[in-house]
Amino acid sequence: MPSADPRGPFTSAELARIRADFPILSRTVRDGQPLVYLDSGATSQKPSSVLQAERDWYERLNAAPHRGAHALSEEGTEAYESARETIASFIGARAHEVVFTKNATEAINLVAYAFSNAVAHGGGAHPEANEGVVDPGTFVLGPGDEVVVTEMEHHANLIPWQELCRRTGATLRWLEVTPEGRLDLSRLDEVVTARTKVLAFAHQSNVLGTVNPVAKLVARAREVGALTVLDACQSVPHLAVDVRELGVDFLAFSGHKMLGPMGIGALWGRAELLDAMPVFLTGGSMIETVTMEGATYAPVPQKFEAGVPNAAQAIGLAAACDYLNGLGMDRVAAHEHALTERLLAGLATRPWVRVVGPTDSTDRGGAVSFVVDGVHAHDVGQVLDAAGVAVRVGHHCAWPLHRKVRAAATTRASFAAYNTPEEVDALLAALDRVPQIFGLEVA
Amino acid sequence: MDLYQQLILDHSKRPVNAGLREPFDAEVHHVNPTCGDEITLRVHVSGEGDERSIEDISYDSMGCSISVASASILAEEVTGRPLDEALNTWAAMRAMLTSKGEDPGDEELIGDGVALSGVAKYPARVKCALLSWMAFTDALQRSGISIPASEEGTR
Ligand SMILES: Cc1ncc(COP(=O)(O)O)c(C=O)c1O
Repeated sequence: MPSADPRGPFTSAELARIRADFPILSRTVRDGQPLVYLDSGATSQKPSSVLQAERDWYERLNAAPHRGAHALSEEGTEAYESARETIASFIGARAHEVVFTKNATEAINLVAYAFSNAVAHGGGAHPEANEGVVDPGTFVLGPGDEVVVTEMEHHANLIPWQELCRRTGATLRWLEVTPEGRLDLSRLDEVVTARTKVLAFAHQSNVLGTVNPVAKLVARAREVGALTVLDACQSVPHLAVDVRELGVDFLAFSGHKMLGPMGIGALWGRAELLDAMPVFLTGGSMIETVTMEGATYAPVPQKFEAGVPNAAQAIGLAAACDYLNGLGMDRVAAHEHALTERLLAGLATRPWVRVVGPTDSTDRGGAVSFVVDGVHAHDVGQVLDAAGVAVRVGHHCAWPLHRKVRAAATTRASFAAYNTPEEVDALLAALDRVPQIFGLEVA
Repeated sequence: MDLYQQLILDHSKRPVNAGLREPFDAEVHHVNPTCGDEITLRVHVSGEGDERSIEDISYDSMGCSISVASASILAEEVTGRPLDEALNTWAAMRAMLTSKGEDPGDEELIGDGVALSGVAKYPARVKCALLSWMAFTDALQRSGISIPASEEGTR
């Protein structure tokens, strides 16, 4: 048996052990065929330890965190807050800088609404904000100001900014995508200027797989005094992410894409910014004092967590972080990199397939989208599905990007730690049925 | 694969009466937001009252083989037919497509439409097959034809 390379992909023995942790991977689909799950970019599967952690919460700890002083409530609060610590340390952050949300979409909206609420408050920062540290005008946005995104954004990191601009009169601008599927930085200095207040972009594209040059973008944003918001939905699950190293101001991700439960995500933000930001959702649990006329708010992160939280899900997500730490994020990344190379190499030998996104594997993650010219992605996906291979078809919530690459829809395979080289081969074998079924002439 | 019968592949490769034509009474544009399939469809109705018939259906359809084939079958089965027959065809198509595979379709009523019966077993694809028909009924309504609620379908 080959021994494990401490920095390489998982061996087949390791993979067998990993796969045994995921109950769903042993089920069959479409008349008894093994499930080949290549849709982790949409949502990942969950290991037993995550399911057990959620169950454990309801069996032993269930009580409303931060409400009440009975034994369960105390233990529940402690478990909830310790989940926050685990998740924070997973991304190199401090616990009070991590705000739980229901997913990345809500996390991004939280930041976008801070800006428009600052305008509505008529002057920026929250009354008790730590003024002097953050300029109270930081979150005020209006005509003449600009928000910059990229053409490869998921709708979750596009529409909140479109709406923010509509509400405030600011202008939305964007960085374009090159034909190779990389960000076009040749006009970076023209697009990101002194007028730019926010630069929001994906760490890794959920369609192209491209890993964007965070350092370059952050450097330019800092030069012009713009805040940076990183959509890390497709990076936190797949590579070691450290918020301090990245240097961004905000970072958003979803638990369900990183082996955790649905219904939990997080916003990380620099503490002084979170302090200065106006509140978003309001109600119970986020207050300090309340009178009939008004309220003052709890310190971060509580001030952004109105209502009884998704505690079981937060604890499930902490279990997912523990699981990923157990595997080692460097090995997860190396493993997915090897799978991506295998798939790209396989697709390259099929001239009837066009990969949408970088065809070399540098600065590239394991989301591989492609088109079969003359066959719609829905039909490709159906043929794969008939062989038990689950991929995503459509525009993957990135419609403008699909327009740009002139594809109505693409077929996307995406990986997680539990995928095997044999599953890549199964995808390629199933794909080879497409030309024959649809009568394509292939060389 | 049972889904891709030769008839469907033929319709999707050579859609019947494709293209947009004049004259028309109403033009609609429908999309399937989950996958981006699109159709622009025009209807031209002639005659009055009980004598009305579907003079022309012209369309520009961009989508998967199921959605293009379904538009082609719509054009083939419904063009030139009296309005009430056209609505019966729609009702029969919809019943088959939403039956989860129970209703094999009545060839007398829907002709080549029976080739789409396999779609009913794949809930994610039913929308593809319904797209052109929903556009058709919407266009009829926009040209002033009221369609009984039970035949309107859901959008
Ligand atoms: C890059 C990217 N951003 C944002 C999202 C939104 O995530 P969610 O739907 O979990 O909020 C996704 C996933 O759907 C994604 O892939």
